[in-house]
Amino acid sequence: MTERTGQVGVRPGVRPDSGPGGPGAVRARRPKGRPLLYTAYAQDMALLDTRAKKAGLALLLGAAVLLSGLPDDLLVLLAAGYVAAIGAIGLNIVTGYAGQVSLGHAFFVAVGAYTAAAVSGDPGGRTLGFGITSMLVWLPAAGAAAALAGVLVAPLAARLRGLYLAIVTLGLVFLGEHVFKEWDHLTGGPGVGRPAAVPELFGFRFDADSALGTRAQSLYMLMLVLLVVFAVAARNLARSRIGRAFSAIRDRDIAAEVIGVPLTRYKTLAFAISSGYAGCAGALMYTVTGFFDPGSFNLLMSVQFIAMVLIGGVATVSGAIAGALFVTLLPRITQELPALLPFVSADTTQTPNVFQIQVALYGLLIVLFLVFEPRGLFGIWIRARAYWKSWPFSY
Amino acid sequence: MKGVLESLVRGLGNGSVYALLALGFVIVYKATRVISFAQPAFMIAGAVAVSHLAGTTGFYLAVPLAALLVAGLALGVERVAIRPMVGRPVFVVAIITLGIDVVVRVVVNGFIGLDVRQVGDPWGLSLVEVGGLAVQQRWIAMLLTTAVLVSLLFAFFRYTRYGLAMRAAAFDQETALAQGVSVGMVFALSWALAGGLAAIAGTFAGTGQGVDQLTWIIALKALPAIIVGGLDSLGGAVIGGLAIGVVESLVQSYQGDLAPWLGQNFAVVTPYAVMLLVLLVRPYGLFGTPEVERV
Repeated sequence: MTERTGQVGVRPGVRPDSGPGGPGAVRARRPKGRPLLYTAYAQDMALLDTRAKKAGLALLLGAAVLLSGLPDDLLVLLAAGYVAAIGAIGLNIVTGYAGQVSLGHAFFVAVGAYTAAAVSGDPGGRTLGFGITSMLVWLPAAGAAAALAGVLVAPLAARLRGLYLAIVTLGLVFLGEHVFKEWDHLTGGPGVGRPAAVPELFGFRFDADSALGTRAQSLYMLMLVLLVVFAVAARNLARSRIGRAFSAIRDRDIAAEVIGVPLTRYKTLAFAISSGYAGCAGALMYTVTGFFDPGSFNLLMSVQFIAMVLIGGVATVSGAIAGALFVTLLPRITQELPALLPFVSADTTQTPNVFQIQVALYGLLIVLFLVFEPRGLFGIWIRARAYWKSWPFSY
Repeated sequence: MKGVLESLVRGLGNGSVYALLALGFVIVYKATRVISFAQPAFMIAGAVAVSHLAGTTGFYLAVPLAALLVAGLALGVERVAIRPMVGRPVFVVAIITLGIDVVVRVVVNGFIGLDVRQVGDPWGLSLVEVGGLAVQQRWIAMLLTTAVLVSLLFAFFRYTRYGLAMRAAAFDQETALAQGVSVGMVFALSWALAGGLAAIAGTFAGTGQGVDQLTWIIALKALPAIIVGGLDSLGGAVIGGLAIGVVESLVQSYQGDLAPWLGQNFAVVTPYAVMLLVLLVRPYGLFGTPEVERV
């Protein structure tokens, strides 16, 4: 891979200056009525390459904004789902795009959560805090700290492949859990916990009722905007030179090395970016509840993130978001079960209870999706789209 | 010195549980090239089965019964969820086993309830004097059982027809298939063996302190054991398991005095720390085969 790959990709018969960022780039137009005919490289690589995608995204965003009229408890849940989506996109970068299995996502989420909480915490409080409540400081700090943790793990990760890596990252979760449980001054200790980061931007508190809306509405809009920012960044990363290098490593790392992708550098980069996303997600995750405990960053959290990526769709940003929303909303759905199925109990001491069903569903859904629809929810969407595209000749 | 030796024996006892679990991991890995994250579920299922059976059949009959039961369960899981995935990337299959683990554990937890269940073993926490050392009886029982099982297993692989088939399939699946080895049977047998071993390990993990909803965590400590020993080495699994047990036990005894800054209960996570250290030096474990890639 040389520095200037932009010109190489230009299709034959097209003026070079219509390439991406070329001098005097003329936006080549598609012939009328031929929406799938690409006449320029830039069209092929565009973020939203068809008009239907543009319209669809606009509709989705419009709907997401309109959803802020929902009751507060649902809004809080959706906000948590959006934050989880940021984390799932991060895991998708390292596991989906770069193909490096990581069961250690919970550890990086924890690093981010504690960095943010410490930076914005009360300096006179029981736990460590520096009193800088601006989100502009603690959010990047959380991302940077988690990315640094990712870079520190990467030398091990770059040496190991496949399942060895999965086990090492699993070990990381246990070691991290131990450190966070013991480091009382930072984390408040197990069972006690500490207050989370304060979501404040230019003096505006998102975690309080204001003239603009209720607490839930402010948090919802904040998380929605941040999710869009992070999702677009990930999508852009995936279609850039770095993203192509990741895909090459995933498909066959030796072949990638042969065509000139420096493996160690790109694996390190994948871990750093993914951990950075996890850190930001961790920082935001607990601003909704306001309080968190070191026991929450366990293997189950890692499995949940894996479930989000696999249920949503591996190596797709929209899939990761769909999967995260699905997994986050699942408890809310299972809560309704006792009303529908009389043998399911809402009481934790009875045996088929909703909590058991909820945990079992994570596992069952992972298995079912992998066996029957490996591309996840995204794959189902692709199939539905293909059906209607070729309708009435779809069979 | 006496303290060190007693700690060593405790480590060997716990280590033999890890060794049994690690053997299960390695057997499945050698046959299918997949790490089965479902081992914790099989382990806890075995322990719970023994705790329910021991009342009617007695402990000594309950253990083999439970092992057979869990082997059957593993066989079913392999047939339903793993066999259709032959040829798919190992990561996908590994994650499927993770999903199975979660599901089976939830079901088994329903049979545990909120209290600690006793497996009905005859040893409890009682001690016996061996050469001036106070040793818990259950550790001796664990070590002896493991020694017998490991020798049986190695003899099985070395001398029987099925053992030969398993070794052949582990060496090269396609060639084995061409020689008339039923590779599907090898997959099934490896899962059943792993399930049975896990059930016995679970029973021993439950002796003395009983089984509760968190006992499954013990099974994950066999993962460092197989990494230390090497993913594809049966001997490495046994040595790795015993080594992890001994190191954990020594740390448990002395870390509080020697290195208090590591925090309480550091012993619980020592296996993972040992694993990271070994991997820094030998990425394929002590006895594992380095992977040779051909382009």
